[in-house]
Amino acid sequence: MLNVLAQTAAGEMLEGLKAIGAGLGYGLAAIGPGIGIGTVVGNAISAMARQPESAGMVRTTMFLGIAFTEALALIGFVVFILLMP
Amino acid sequence: MNTIADMESAAPESAIARDLVRRALYVAPAFLLMGLLGWGTTGLFSAALSLALVAINFRLGAAIITRASQISLNALFGAVLGGYIVRLGLMTAVVLVVKAGGWLATVPFAITLLVTHLGLLTWESRHVAMTLAAPGLRPPQ
Repeated sequence: MLNVLAQTAAGEMLEGLKAIGAGLGYGLAAIGPGIGIGTVVGNAISAMARQPESAGMVRTTMFLGIAFTEALALIGFVVFILLMP
Repeated sequence: MNTIADMESAAPESAIARDLVRRALYVAPAFLLMGLLGWGTTGLFSAALSLALVAINFRLGAAIITRASQISLNALFGAVLGGYIVRLGLMTAVVLVVKAGGWLATVPFAITLLVTHLGLLTWESRHVAMTLAAPGLRPPQ
């Protein structure tokens, strides 16, 4: 393994590390919004189950909440695109 | 999303998504011009791709919620979380393919994606907040 690493050019190594970092960063950045969307939808479902007559309003705010939370994942996506070699 | 009737309709999220896409069309020329002037044809294509991805993401998200909410609340939960992963995956796949083809200028793409997504949502939230506070009033366009 060390022999292989030693034979690899420094530039290639750097590109590989960049790709690993970009993928890792994107994956980690997607976790937070996943938790956030789960919280938003969970609470919205609870609200709709308690008050079905307000489902329209709850779904409206739920959709906007989901979209705002997704913006965090999009920031991670953009960083991934910028870092990808 | 202009009246309380829209919120009480069968699919309020679809009404919001339609509104968001309509507003994206209003701001599209500014981003396309920025891409063209700053990065040439590649920048124009990247900005257009970014706008298309934002619009499709909103419409697809709304369609998933509408379809799943007709089934059950459990299905809604699963579909929203599954849809999030699927939409991110589709977006990543499209961008990687375009980037491999050498047609992606990352800076105009990134600027357009983030500014359009957050800007349109903020714009739409203002209208929704106004609608909730004063259901009979229609906010100025």
